[in-house]
Amino acid sequence: MTTPNLVEKLTAKAGLVSATVRCVASMDEAMAYVADVCVGKEACQILASGCDAPLSGTAEALCETKQDKIICAPEMPDEAMAALSAHCAERGVKLITSGMRAHLGGIDIGLTMAAAGIAETGTVVIRSLNEEVRLASMIAEIHIAVLPARAIVADSYALEPRLVEWMGQPDFTAFVTGPSRTADIERVLALGVHGPLELHILILEDK
Amino acid sequence: MQDATTLKEYRKQLREALENDFQRQALDNFAVAYRTSRANAFADIDAPELIAEIAAAKDESIGRLEELFQEFKRHAEAAGTKVHLAATAHEANEIIARIGKENNVKTIVKSKSMTAEETHLNDHLEAQGFEVTETDLGEWIIQLRHEGPTHMVMPAIHLSRYQVADLFSEVTHKQQDVDIQKLVKVARRELRPKFCQADMGISGANFAIAATGTIGLITNEGNGRLTTTLPRVHVALAGVDKLMPTLHDALRIIRCLPKNATGQAITSYVTWITGTVPCEPSPRGTKVKHVVFLDNGRLAMARDPEFKQVLRCIRCGACANVCPIYRLVGGHKYGHVYIGAIGLVATYFFHGREKAKNLVQNCLNCGACKAVCAAGIDLPTLIKEVHARIQDEEGHPLYSTAVGQVLKNRKLFHTMLKSARLLQKPITGGTPYLRHLPMFLFKDQDFRALPAVADEAFRDKWERIKPRVADAKLKVALFSGCVQDFVYPEQMEAAVAVIASKPGVAMEYPMGQSCCGLPLQMMGEKQAGRELAAHNMNAIDAQDFDYIVTMCASCASYLKHGYKRLFADDPAMAYKAAQFAHRVIDFSSFVRDVLGITDESFTGPSKKVTYHAPCHLCRGLGVTEAPRALLGEAGLEYVPATEEDVCCGFGGTFSVKFPELSKELLGKKLANLKATGATAMATDCPGCIMQIRGGFEAEKTPFEVRHVAEYLAERLKRK
Repeated sequence: MTTPNLVEKLTAKAGLVSATVRCVASMDEAMAYVADVCVGKEACQILASGCDAPLSGTAEALCETKQDKIICAPEMPDEAMAALSAHCAERGVKLITSGMRAHLGGIDIGLTMAAAGIAETGTVVIRSLNEEVRLASMIAEIHIAVLPARAIVADSYALEPRLVEWMGQPDFTAFVTGPSRTADIERVLALGVHGPLELHILILEDK
Repeated sequence: MQDATTLKEYRKQLREALENDFQRQALDNFAVAYRTSRANAFADIDAPELIAEIAAAKDESIGRLEELFQEFKRHAEAAGTKVHLAATAHEANEIIARIGKENNVKTIVKSKSMTAEETHLNDHLEAQGFEVTETDLGEWIIQLRHEGPTHMVMPAIHLSRYQVADLFSEVTHKQQDVDIQKLVKVARRELRPKFCQADMGISGANFAIAATGTIGLITNEGNGRLTTTLPRVHVALAGVDKLMPTLHDALRIIRCLPKNATGQAITSYVTWITGTVPCEPSPRGTKVKHVVFLDNGRLAMARDPEFKQVLRCIRCGACANVCPIYRLVGGHKYGHVYIGAIGLVATYFFHGREKAKNLVQNCLNCGACKAVCAAGIDLPTLIKEVHARIQDEEGHPLYSTAVGQVLKNRKLFHTMLKSARLLQKPITGGTPYLRHLPMFLFKDQDFRALPAVADEAFRDKWERIKPRVADAKLKVALFSGCVQDFVYPEQMEAAVAVIASKPGVAMEYPMGQSCCGLPLQMMGEKQAGRELAAHNMNAIDAQDFDYIVTMCASCASYLKHGYKRLFADDPAMAYKAAQFAHRVIDFSSFVRDVLGITDESFTGPSKKVTYHAPCHLCRGLGVTEAPRALLGEAGLEYVPATEEDVCCGFGGTFSVKFPELSKELLGKKLANLKATGATAMATDCPGCIMQIRGGFEAEKTPFEVRHVAEYLAERLKRK
């Protein structure tokens, strides 16, 4: 399959599992999108589904720890960080690259670079030996992954040689397909049970 | 968790479960929705081929688990993970408790692990003073309720939003709304502090890849990721059967598991963890990581020629999704820890005979589980095999031995049937049904009318009706089965008329034939079943015939597949059984595919006929088109019914042992048939006819229920 076909397929499949997919022409455009999403969202997105719901003392206390609007963007390329810093500064958003353990109550956006994409299932592949990357993709209310179009493969078998290579030393790699979900209560789908409530995939077009 | 000690007690629990309306509605809805979502998920994939690949790969792994364990250990330890092998459940629990103590652990978060359910790990850890929190939403709910899972993939499917809201109100000490989206968020925020504070995370593992020492976890909620990331210690507990040689083996299973489990293309998260990764709160800066493999009988099972295929199971839960009995009574009564069809087998091996002995009898043998299994496990046969083993170990019940003795002695059996014909006179009241059965025989059986034994058996008519064929091109033996021989001889006569309408077919009815033996298989009387099979193979010398035609789907399926298995350990008999099986064919396939009967043979006005697909025909023999096509050839208007291939609840001796369940299944079947608007139904199994016709008769609904052969025969053009 050619890259445009792979992009199309990944977009369609990711859409089926409630992921938001956008094609972006440049890293700068991607970073502007990230900052805009952060500004546009409510302070704590759990609100949408009932922050007014009564909590126990401990849960309440943890919720209190989340005050500012925060984007965590660990291990992003320099070009991306420069652009993102500028956009964040302009919009008054706090940008961090480490110290995620101080934000376990949740942050607004975790930004990661995907190592690959799998078209067949609409999946992004996140390598995260770095604990900050791992946490950014788990703790955030919105996980945004930047995926270079050329890193999209047709199916998981096509990715196998690279995965095996990564597994040759300590490694933590995940296939992420859509936001966190559950259907454990009456089989009714609910998004964002433990992980991100939303997944955005920004497909960075080849230059 | 099923905990009855006697069959009587178990039946009482089943009756209670039947009264749980919410659970039944939930499981019904799921069963119907599952069928569509699974079909959609596999739309672009050759499912049988993928399943065959998985089965072959798992078999290969099962043959070398000990070697794979060593290879995994070598690679995992090189990457900093400590690897253990626990012989028993207790040993696994002890190893994990010791790791906790050595690392000064107080609090533990867990992500879902069936293996930990198997070892009752939480009880063990809590008794040692650890605080353990389940983090999978369904698992947390059932932990708070102090009960076990009712489904492998959806542990709390038996509970309503109201029950969950009440539970969460108790936990938070605040009144919670009955709104699922909100309840999920309450759980998110109640559990987040548990993750933040936990010293140790315990997960299962869906895959353990020997070539790299990697474990793979598949989850939807993301709790598996938090459990393996936040705490400074991570212990994965997995059965040794999760070992596989390469990543490819795991990727292949991922293509199938979520589709087969819930109709998802893939779960939200598939996480691959190799060795120890950086972890800030750990004193060394990297995670303390252990993988504990549980044997608990698996390595011995891997050497058991019959049961090693149980280790192919990838825990998708599909066998429960399609099981008509699970759908009625739920997992707490249809399993011990492992539920559904695989649970019936696994319980015997992992939790012992006492826990399994009642459960394994509660199987219709309808084969729905086998047809959907992601690893091609022959579950119905294994369930019956467990039943037979338990009886061999514990002693056979008197009635079961007695039936075995009678059935394997053809003359005694047939004399008893003929005496029954004479003795039944006072209880038929001149009808074709047993009207006035003594109560002790009829208890709980009044949901259907039972047929009377016919005035004259088919075998006694045969010489009179046998067509004389001068120049035979095909030689056919008829195998009638007991019901058609003694109860419904008219079905046999109809079949003979249809076959005789094509010239050149010589039919024989070998008089030495007896019961096919399936009832003995159902009752766990394996030895008597072997004797009966040998008897039938002597009575019908396969080499004398081109085909052995059977009008009973159950007999046909058992003759074709069951006989070969019975003699698997006896090469000479196995050869004979294979020759025999090769010639066995069901009536509809024979008439349509071999004789090639077309619409030119038939005449008469059209009418609406619906169809019931017997389990042993549609799944047992894979015959689905032939009977429906024949109805069309005969000029009838075939009207499909909903859930046409779901069991009618007969299951032979099953309906006698579990009448309450049989009644429920029959009720659904009748409702689906009536909803078609037809007032006639065709099928290919006398057992199904006995059940369904008896059901309509009991509720006094006029509905014609007949064998496909009878519909064809009445419309044959007279020559």
